[in-house]
Amino acid sequence: MSFPEPISPRSPRFLVGVVILLVLALVPQISDAIGESYYVTIVTRILIFGLAASSLNLILGYGGLVSFGHALYLGIGAYAVGLLSFYGVSNGWIHLAATVGLCAIVSLLTGLVCMRTSGMGFIMITLAFAQMFFFLGVSLKQYGGDDGLKISSRSNFEPLFSIEGNTGLYYFSLILTLGVLYLTWRFVNARFGRVLRGSKSNIQRLKVLGFPILRFQVLTYVISGCVCGVAGLLLGNFTKFASPAYMYWTVSGDLIVMVILGGIATVMGPLVGAAVYVVLETILSSYTQHWMVILGPMILVIALTATRGVWGLFPRGEAPNWEKRTP
Amino acid sequence: MGETHAVTQNILSTHGLTKRFGGLLVSDAVDLEVRTGELHSIIGPNGAGKTTLINQLTGEIVPDGGKIEFDGTDITTMPSYKRSLLGLARTYQITSIFHEFSALENVALAAQAHSGHSYGVWRPASRDPALNEPSHRALEQVGLVAKRHVVAGELSHGEHRQLELAMGLVTEPKVLLLDEPMAGMGRVESAFLSKLLASLKGRYTIVLIEHDMDVVFALADRITVLVYGKAIACGVPSEIRASLEVKRAYLGERYAAG
Amino acid sequence: MGPACSDGNVRGQFAPLSFHSFMTWNLLVIQALNGLQYGVLLFLLAAGLTLVLGVMNFVNLTHGALYMVGAYLAATALTHSNSFLLAAVAAVFGTLVIGVVMEWAALRNFYRRGHLDQVLATFGLILFFNEAVRMIWGPAPVYMRTPEWLSGTVNLFGFDYPSYRFLVIGVGLGTAVGMYLLIHHTRIGMLIRAGATNAQMVSILGVNIRMLNTLLFGLGAAMAGLSGLMAAPLFAVQPGMGDNVLIAVIVVIVIGGIGSVRGAFYGALLVGVVDTVGRVYLPLLLRQVAERTIADAAGPALASMLIYVFMAIVLAVRPQGLFSARR
Repeated sequence: MSFPEPISPRSPRFLVGVVILLVLALVPQISDAIGESYYVTIVTRILIFGLAASSLNLILGYGGLVSFGHALYLGIGAYAVGLLSFYGVSNGWIHLAATVGLCAIVSLLTGLVCMRTSGMGFIMITLAFAQMFFFLGVSLKQYGGDDGLKISSRSNFEPLFSIEGNTGLYYFSLILTLGVLYLTWRFVNARFGRVLRGSKSNIQRLKVLGFPILRFQVLTYVISGCVCGVAGLLLGNFTKFASPAYMYWTVSGDLIVMVILGGIATVMGPLVGAAVYVVLETILSSYTQHWMVILGPMILVIALTATRGVWGLFPRGEAPNWEKRTP
Repeated sequence: MGETHAVTQNILSTHGLTKRFGGLLVSDAVDLEVRTGELHSIIGPNGAGKTTLINQLTGEIVPDGGKIEFDGTDITTMPSYKRSLLGLARTYQITSIFHEFSALENVALAAQAHSGHSYGVWRPASRDPALNEPSHRALEQVGLVAKRHVVAGELSHGEHRQLELAMGLVTEPKVLLLDEPMAGMGRVESAFLSKLLASLKGRYTIVLIEHDMDVVFALADRITVLVYGKAIACGVPSEIRASLEVKRAYLGERYAAG
Repeated sequence: MGPACSDGNVRGQFAPLSFHSFMTWNLLVIQALNGLQYGVLLFLLAAGLTLVLGVMNFVNLTHGALYMVGAYLAATALTHSNSFLLAAVAAVFGTLVIGVVMEWAALRNFYRRGHLDQVLATFGLILFFNEAVRMIWGPAPVYMRTPEWLSGTVNLFGFDYPSYRFLVIGVGLGTAVGMYLLIHHTRIGMLIRAGATNAQMVSILGVNIRMLNTLLFGLGAAMAGLSGLMAAPLFAVQPGMGDNVLIAVIVVIVIGGIGSVRGAFYGALLVGVVDTVGRVYLPLLLRQVAERTIADAAGPALASMLIYVFMAIVLAVRPQGLFSARR
């Protein structure tokens, strides 16, 4: 089942999770030891997209609303860093505040409009709005337009820490991503999360039970957008570049693939999905420049077959019995 | 009709409730009066518009005309969730539960709507005694407590009906609307549910839509008969049993005449 | 995975705009006709897509890719045969076959799946088609010349208007009439209308739903091919040209109402005219009220957002669209 009850510490899923976390903590060290700094960058990329996919998982996996425009928030985050740097503001905390603030406003406004329609309408409208911002970015020539905006130096968080170096950025991304995963786990098990999961299952009944469900959906969408914006901030810092291409609809599609591939409505799923997808892309593109001709049909096969995702392949074991603690 | 002393408070009533689906008149100026504490049954042949009536009471369907009053408030245009918070609960003829949740979680979710706010994002809801205790009691009441950790999708049809009832009861509603709770139940299960409903009588105001006439006539304080969307009769069971109109509606002209 | 930035409007044919030409009646009529022409191209795509969405409840994003394939087939056929008629046959028949094969081989497995899986599957197909087209024809745009017999102008209301564009309008309106007759005066049309309001009921009534689905899909594919054919001489034929058009078509369908061909018609004309006229007049209007540098920067940006703002307004007032078939 997909509801995230606490899992048994002896289950394969828990053990694999612990191993993954250990490896992640030591990636820069491992990378140095092998002498290939490449690994730090690729895992940073995985973490960033894992964070973005996790944010999407909230509204899509747990909430059951297919947002096909989440790349928009990646773009907002990257451009928040880009534009502020352009105007000389390099303080990382300001970048962060601007990202979250902008994403909150945009997601609130678009969420209120989008939520009024059916499921199919929601998919298409989120797609349309994201593309609108893409065109907006392209047409703002003074900020690079189509070519994008170079960012001269990364967000400045000194004297607390620095992300100017790849290792610094890696650990920053790691802490943010793991933090969000933990918060997600608490969120979906809490009262709010229960209502959200219920809305995916039987929204009509929820209304009659006494829940003003629109509020919960919009709030979830806003949270989701803001977290994705933070991923965008990381992305902008990672590439030192802000581009409308980050908001292009195929990126939104990629995020959806990551969520499904990893395991919809699981906490670790999106991160696993991002890892598999990025690795897949890297391997395929090294064989041929036309790797999308292979990836396209692969995505179709994934849609047909991956009901539980890669993460779902690991059994969760028996849930610990809470009976002894509740009446 | 014929009560001489001071009017007992009507906790739920409709006046001239009308609903059309295209050219079809599904509710025809229905007047319904439910007194506090009574078990009021609504009966009628198939297609009479009973479920549509309930749907208008809960706000799932918007009426074309008329008024609905609940506990002194005009709720005709009030959204569904607000009506629930005022104390109006219902069960569904076609089971409408959360199949991925356990039985306990289903009932706890129903309780959650009425117990504090649902914006909590940190504490695990499954360990909240404020939700688990009333849910446990409700499940005990309907006889489902042994299966409370079973995923709802794996319960039998009869157990689904029990679960529906538990979800309705857990919030201690002012009025409980039951839409054919016996639907599809075997004899043993029906008997159990019938006893359960009898035990609830007096403690809750109940509106019971049912086809099982034995149950209706055994339990109901008053009965409203709905035919082609029109309330053709309302009264105590003996009056309804004797009514010519009702006989005609159910059994046809031949029986009514003789 | 970069975007192809065809913005879909050929403006090069007209003289640079000045304040005085802004005021001429000539420009307004020409632009309105161009809007009409763009609108019928959108209608050809929107009609097929809205039926698939409404009757089959299937989120089909491959429509834009079929449009692109139609354009490529037409351009190639014309280059090799010099016959516009042959190009037309190649485009329409070719996309019909490809559409039907796609439906039969892959997509029909997704009718019972949720929208999420459908989105993924069709997304994968778009990536495939974009790359396949790039492999076969290369990344550079392919041009299709207007056939000689259509290279002149016609005289409309005293203005000279390119014959070819006039033909496009004619074909589009003719197709609209054809669709009206099909839907309101044939038995198949009745089934389509019934399906648009209650698809489940139609299959319960014993109609061969598989045939109907394949037919609808094929019809939509053929119309997409026709639109691609008509568009090929007007726009650059390049990989990804279908993506932006798809977004515009989605806006049309959301405005018109899912499942409604009438809504697709009026919605397409509205969007076509608003977009075309808006892109020309909004920057000019802005220049009258704001300082030149601001107007030059903001003008094109706002103009590109115009149709999305329009869509948001329609959604705010009537979420199910202006002509929705559904309750």
